[in-house]
Amino acid sequence: MADGGGVPAAVGHGVLQPADGCAFGDREWAFTFANYAQALTNPTYATLLWKSLKLAFWVTVWCVILGFPCAYILARMIKGRAREVLFLLVILPFWSNALVRVFSWAIVLRGNGVLDRAVNAISPWEVDLNLMFSDTAMVIGLVHSYLPYVILTTYLSLQAIDDTVIEAARSLGARFPRILWRLILPLAMPGLIAGAVLVFVPVVGSFMEPRLLGGRVGTTYGTLIEDQFVAVFNWPLGAALSFILLAVVLVILAAASPALRKATS
Amino acid sequence: MIRHAFARAYLGLILIFLYAPIVVMAVMSLNASEFYALPFRFSTEWYERLFTNDEILAAAWRSVWIAIVVAVIATCLGTMATLALWRHEFPGKRLLQALLFPPIAVPWLITGTAMLIFFFGVGIGRGTPAVILGHVALALPYVIVTVFARMQSFDRALEEAARSLGAQPLTVARKVILPHAAPGIIAGALFAFAVSFDQFVVSYFLAEPGDSTLPVLIYSAIRKGFTPEINAVSTLIILVSMAVMVLAARYAKFGGTR
Repeated sequence: MADGGGVPAAVGHGVLQPADGCAFGDREWAFTFANYAQALTNPTYATLLWKSLKLAFWVTVWCVILGFPCAYILARMIKGRAREVLFLLVILPFWSNALVRVFSWAIVLRGNGVLDRAVNAISPWEVDLNLMFSDTAMVIGLVHSYLPYVILTTYLSLQAIDDTVIEAARSLGARFPRILWRLILPLAMPGLIAGAVLVFVPVVGSFMEPRLLGGRVGTTYGTLIEDQFVAVFNWPLGAALSFILLAVVLVILAAASPALRKATS
Repeated sequence: MIRHAFARAYLGLILIFLYAPIVVMAVMSLNASEFYALPFRFSTEWYERLFTNDEILAAAWRSVWIAIVVAVIATCLGTMATLALWRHEFPGKRLLQALLFPPIAVPWLITGTAMLIFFFGVGIGRGTPAVILGHVALALPYVIVTVFARMQSFDRALEEAARSLGAQPLTVARKVILPHAAPGIIAGALFAFAVSFDQFVVSYFLAEPGDSTLPVLIYSAIRKGFTPEINAVSTLIILVSMAVMVLAARYAKFGGTR
């Protein structure tokens, strides 16, 4: 609501500024689509957007795979005080500084770092485990950052399931896998989808995590936009790239909005 | 029973995944070796260095007071907005409520760059005022959602009763509505503080170089190379924000009990 002025400003900036890229100088404003043309036709940019979408896809998949059982256990197998405490413990990291948590993974994952040493201490043969500056490191760091979203939304929809429905299924002879597949999973779907969207959307635009954990392989659409604003100072191109990213995000949000509405009602 | 043991083990693994790196970072901030060498030797050297590093101290102080200012502004505006949304029907109300959520859903990268261009466009430019305005915009939805959730449990008969006993509207607000909303308002203020204190992306685009907040300073320090000093300051940040959130959770009671 309050930053409503910001986004239209980005659209305007992408269209209105001279294509040779000076940030708000004394120059006359001129209308041009050149920035969008450049942003849409450059094959490198398209590759990076595709790479960011793939990264977001895998992070989302891992968050759902890891998060659903966790939410299920919290919502339906643990009761009372223990649940309150565990729930808070799961949600707490999500409210702590994202940058600092990514940095902590850098210490764990780097070559000759903590993970490397721990594995080599147990393993009978020498393992060279340097995950730092790889796609794996980026996925691990991002899953760590966004997992609590999926757990939270899925937990809420799992908690709303009426116990008597499951009792009924059980008394009619359904076994657990069948109850899970035919009853619990469909009822939890709105929460799962809401969580998946809340992970996917920010990860497509992530730049700090790929930068710190991906190193040279960590160039994404997000770091490309970051560079336009802090390194190359081509704001109009940066605004056009941002707006293309926003359009992609809005399409995804619109596609998921029926499920989102169900999950929040 | 086997299923419960398995469930507990799984939760344990998830908690290890979530907390292990943070614990490792905290432990390494107390290790004497600059290159994180083991065996571990206890030392508070990095914390001592931290408290003589003027650049980090200035940024930390700036982060804290910006977060306090943001919490005050966002809580006042957010509480008033919530009461308006909660009490009154007016044209455009649904649209306003719907517009509260995109700031949460749009990637911060886009919000940050859009705000940067916007603030240059209107002449505010980069710097602390821009950072504060940006953080308030980010924190507002969280305050409104938290206070609104609290007001859902308010019994309107109480207001009727107070008014029929002759209380003026302001007295009703002060003695009946605000006391009920108080836990929500406190939780909202703590959320707003946390949003601002932990905010990196938007601060990164809006802060003036040399006048940055703590997370922005840490980001540029990490890109130059890791030092245990960064571990030390990061450990302190995590402790502060987790303490704030534990407090907020006590007031907001999210998660709920059944």
